[in-house]
Order: sequence, then structure tokens, then C-alpha cells
Amino acid sequence: MKLLNHATAWFSVLLLVIITVWAGLFYVNMLDEIYDSMDDGLENQKMLVLRKAAQDTTVLARTEFDDGYYKVKEVPFSAALRQKDVYQDTLMYMLNEKDFEPVRMLTTVFQQGSKYYELRVITSMVEEDDLIEDLVFALLWLYGGLIATILVLNNLLLKRIWRPFYYLLQRLQRFKLQDAQPFPTLQTNIDEFRLLNQTVEKLLQSNVATYQSQKNFIENAAHELQTPLAISLNKLELLAEGGNLQDQQLAQIGEVMENLERLTRLNKSLLLLSKIENRQFNGQEEVRLAEVVQKALADFQDQLQFRNLSLTQQIDGDPLLRMNPDLAMMLVTNLLKNAIVHNMAGGLVHVSLSAITFTLENTGPSKPLNSEQLFQRFYKESPSSASTGLGLSIAKAICDLYGFQIGYEYRQSRHVLQVQFT
Amino acid sequence: MKVLIIEDEADMLQTMVQSLKKEQYVVETAQTYDEAQEKIALYAYDCILLDIGLPGGSGLDLLQELKELQKTDGVIIVSAKNSVDDRVAGLELGADDYLPKPFHMAELHARVKSVLRRRKFEGSNVQTLQNLQIDLDKHLVWVEGQELSLNRKEFDVLLYLVSNKDRLVSKTALAEHVWGDYIDQADNYEFIYSQIKNLRKKLKDHGAQVEIQAVYGIGYKLITP
Repeated sequence: MKLLNHATAWFSVLLLVIITVWAGLFYVNMLDEIYDSMDDGLENQKMLVLRKAAQDTTVLARTEFDDGYYKVKEVPFSAALRQKDVYQDTLMYMLNEKDFEPVRMLTTVFQQGSKYYELRVITSMVEEDDLIEDLVFALLWLYGGLIATILVLNNLLLKRIWRPFYYLLQRLQRFKLQDAQPFPTLQTNIDEFRLLNQTVEKLLQSNVATYQSQKNFIENAAHELQTPLAISLNKLELLAEGGNLQDQQLAQIGEVMENLERLTRLNKSLLLLSKIENRQFNGQEEVRLAEVVQKALADFQDQLQFRNLSLTQQIDGDPLLRMNPDLAMMLVTNLLKNAIVHNMAGGLVHVSLSAITFTLENTGPSKPLNSEQLFQRFYKESPSSASTGLGLSIAKAICDLYGFQIGYEYRQSRHVLQVQFT
Repeated sequence: MKVLIIEDEADMLQTMVQSLKKEQYVVETAQTYDEAQEKIALYAYDCILLDIGLPGGSGLDLLQELKELQKTDGVIIVSAKNSVDDRVAGLELGADDYLPKPFHMAELHARVKSVLRRRKFEGSNVQTLQNLQIDLDKHLVWVEGQELSLNRKEFDVLLYLVSNKDRLVSKTALAEHVWGDYIDQADNYEFIYSQIKNLRKKLKDHGAQVEIQAVYGIGYKLITP
């Protein structure tokens, strides 16, 4: 639920409660005031009747209300003594309404000469059910009006006020550490938002700086290692060529060279990875993947034969991809090499290509690999393996660069790596 | 054959000099931009090995200068940067080849020879070694006039070994050269052996006067007995 709607929902519930309580209080108070004013009126009428009765005795003969607003009844002294002024609600048949309607009645006693009379004065009263009905209707309108106002305010005013916030949110959603763009924020006068903008900006800047320096470190380290590695290897080549060496010494030199070469490969792979992540591979072209796959298969044919692996292929499509051709080759060879290296003697490699997928299946260790760590740098199933542990990281980095999906599955005792070009 | 090596890294330079001198080239060196500039202006070389990152300037500027001086020296850029941009820029400025560091000496020799061949023999690209004749354009090999049928990889292996005659060629250098840049993903190069075996057999069957020797644990060497 959106923040604004959330607030509105709360408002509407709270308003309902507040308005209900307020309506109750208002009703009680208003009724009280109405009674008060009616009772004052009755008191006044009583005094008018008494004054009239003193002059005109026919007043005393009015024993029914009929067309008047009072009636008089003689009462014995004993009853008169007990009687006080009483205001009460009662019902009376109204001709116009053809129904009993509530009236307010004052019952009092007065003395005229030596006789005591009971006087009842009435006045018509508010109809409470009508009043409540009217009140409820009015309040419902008020409630509806308030909610509508809040909605309108939220949508116009609050949305405007919260705009820097939503803008920030939107930018954050799109933010990527790898290709950090300058992070523009909206100017705002609201302290909290300004603080938020500043904090986020600072946080991102420090993150970007850390990321950059780490990336630079890897890149620089790999780069600086290149020359000494090259020199060492070349010197060893010269040494081995120099002659007068025994087989055993040559073998040792060979081992050193092998290790140095491994280091060189590792180095190259690290540089390659950081180059991919730095998007230093421009030169996009339309790449026909089927061609790339065929070339890679031809390159690796000897390796397949040497490891006694049988290759099957199913080419159903020829995806035309817009990417750097070197990276396309790199992606295919890395996956292919992976399928060959992590295989078993006499195993199988199956390559399939459709219009939207490139899939490599291979036999190998009979347990699924850790699909979460598989694409991480330096992840190796077998620690002794001479591979760099970077091949799949490179494949993943290339896929990430071009928005391809790469996934691993273990099905029917085969390790399946699939790239989806969508 | 005169070769100029422009390289600021002393160790690297020394190794290259040592290795190239074995090929009976006249090798000169320059370690800074100014030194290189002077030599380029004063002398003519058959091949220049040019490092891009030099103290005092960029190797690309030297290339530009060569172009302006209308020199026809063959140039191989040797760079640690291995950047596509440098490669493209270098080749556009008239460099003949681009060799990223680190490289194998065998690869360097093969590239230098290839440049020299292109410069000197202008197309008539038949190389002769003892009774062996190799046509580089047509990818054909004859032993005493009799054609040797080799597949592409066998041909490449042979040519690479011939280019590095009497020198030790490591398995890695051979694999990278013949099986392509991407083969360095492979973590062992034993698969080369079967190609070598076939090649040896064919050479022997035709009575070629060259022999491919295995150097234990490192690689191979082509010798002429």
C-alpha cells in the first residue's frame, strides 16, 4: 500500500470514530438546549395563562386542550400541596400528522380564590427520530466530504510535498554500483528530505568510491603482475633453451613454467572480468551465435578427442545477438571448456542452440553443484583442479552485461548450463 | 636483419635482446621515448618492436612519426595494456601486428618472422628448410617436391616450429598460437600431443630432414639433424 493511501485509510477510520463521538455529544447538548428553551417558553405561557385566569374565569373551564395549548382541572388541596412544577415528555394525537407525536408538557398548580387548580401547558416538541435521521445524514455528508477532501489533498498537495522522496526512491531503484551515474536529487525546502538526500548521496558516494578502489586495486594488481610474470616466463624459456640441462632439471623448469602460466591465466581472467564489468568492451556487432559455436567446437575438437568425450549437438536456431564478438566467443568457449574440463573420461558433451537459448550439458561428478556459488569468483568443486575458478564468473559477467540469463541445473545425471537471450 | 626494440622495462628488454640475437639479428634498443625517436629518425630497421607505454611519451606517437617520415619499417606493437582501442589505433597508424604482454618468445619470433617475410619477400611466400618447402599462402608443404597432406592444425604446428627452428617452444605457446587465443582456458595441453604424433609420422614417412623433439615437461623443438 502506498504511503499516501495508508495515511488516508488511517484518517478515514479515525475520522469515523471522532465524528461518531462528536455527533453523540453534539446531539445530547443540542437536545438539552432545545428542552431548556422549550421549558422557558412553557413557563412564560403558564404565567400568561395565570394572568388571563385572574381576569377571565372561562379560562378555568377549559378542561381539554382541544384548540388551545392548555387545560385546567380543579384539584383538592391535599393533591395541590404535593404537586410541584413538572416538565415532561408525552404523546399527543396530532391531527395534521394523524399520529401521536411527542409534546412537552408543564404540569403546575395554582390557586384562584380558595380553590386549587392543576394547569397543564403543552408545546409541540422536536421529533427526535427525525432529528437523529437528519443529523446522521448531515454527518454522513460531512464524513464523505472530509474523506474526499483528504484524498484530493493527498493527491495534489501531499504528492507534491513528497515528490523529492518519490524521486529519490525511483533513482535508488535504478541505481547500480557497477555503473554509478551521478545521483541527482530534487531541490526541496523540507529539512527531512534534504537530510535524506544528503545522507543517501553521501552513502552512495562512499560506496561507489569503495567499489571503485577495490576494482582499481584488482585491475592494477593484475596489470602490474603482467610484466614480472612475462619476464620470469621468458627467462625460464631462455634457460631451458640454453641446453646442457638434464631431463630432471628441465622437468622442474617445466613445472615452474606451468605454475607461472597458471598465474598468468588467472591474471588475464581477472583483468578480463574487470574489463567486462567496466564495460570496456565496446564495438558491438551483429553476432551470429551458430558461427561462434561452430568455431569454438572446432577449436576444442582436439581437447574433446584427447579426453575421449563424445560430442552431440542440436542446432535449431541461429540467434543474432548484438554484442562484442570477442565476448560472444569468450562466453561460448568458457562454457564449452567448463563442460570439457569438469567431465569424466568417456563422457558426453551436448551442445544445443535454439533461437533464444544456448545450452551445454555434460556428464561429470554425480552430484549437483552448488548453483548459488557456482558463478562466484574462485569457486571450485575440486580444490586441486588447475582451473582458475573464474570461467563461469566471466560467463556470468558477460551475460549480466548484455542482460542474458544464465542458470544451472542438474537433471538426468547431467550438469546443464543454459543461457537465455531475452 | 636489423631489429629495434623499444621497451622501457630493462629485464624484459634484456630477455628479448638475448632471444632475438640467437636468430642472428642485429638488435638495437631504446628505453625512452626520446632515444627511440632519435634512432627511428636516423636509421632504418627491418622490424621495430614498440612498447606503447614509454617514459616521455606514447608509442603511438612514434608510430605517427614513422608514418610522417614515410619510413617502411615493419612495426609490431608490444603492449601490456592489451586494449582493443590501442590495438585498433596502432594498426590504423600502420603497425603490422599487435602482441599483448605477456607473450612467449616463440610467439615473438613467429610474429617477427612473419613481418620480415611480408616486408622482404613481398608475397612469394615459400619457405625452405632442408628438403622441406612450405607455401605460406596456399598452406601447402612439400618434401622434395612431394606434397605432404596436412590438416590445418598440423600445418600451423609445423610452421610455428619451423619459425622457431632449433628453439624450445613451450606447449602453452604452441597451443595458444595454433588453437587460438581462447584455448588458454584449457588447463592442460596434453591434447597437442596427438597432433605432434601425426605430424612426426607424416614427416618421417616422407623422409623430411627435420625432426620434432620433445623437451621433457616443457614442449617441443624442431631440429635439423
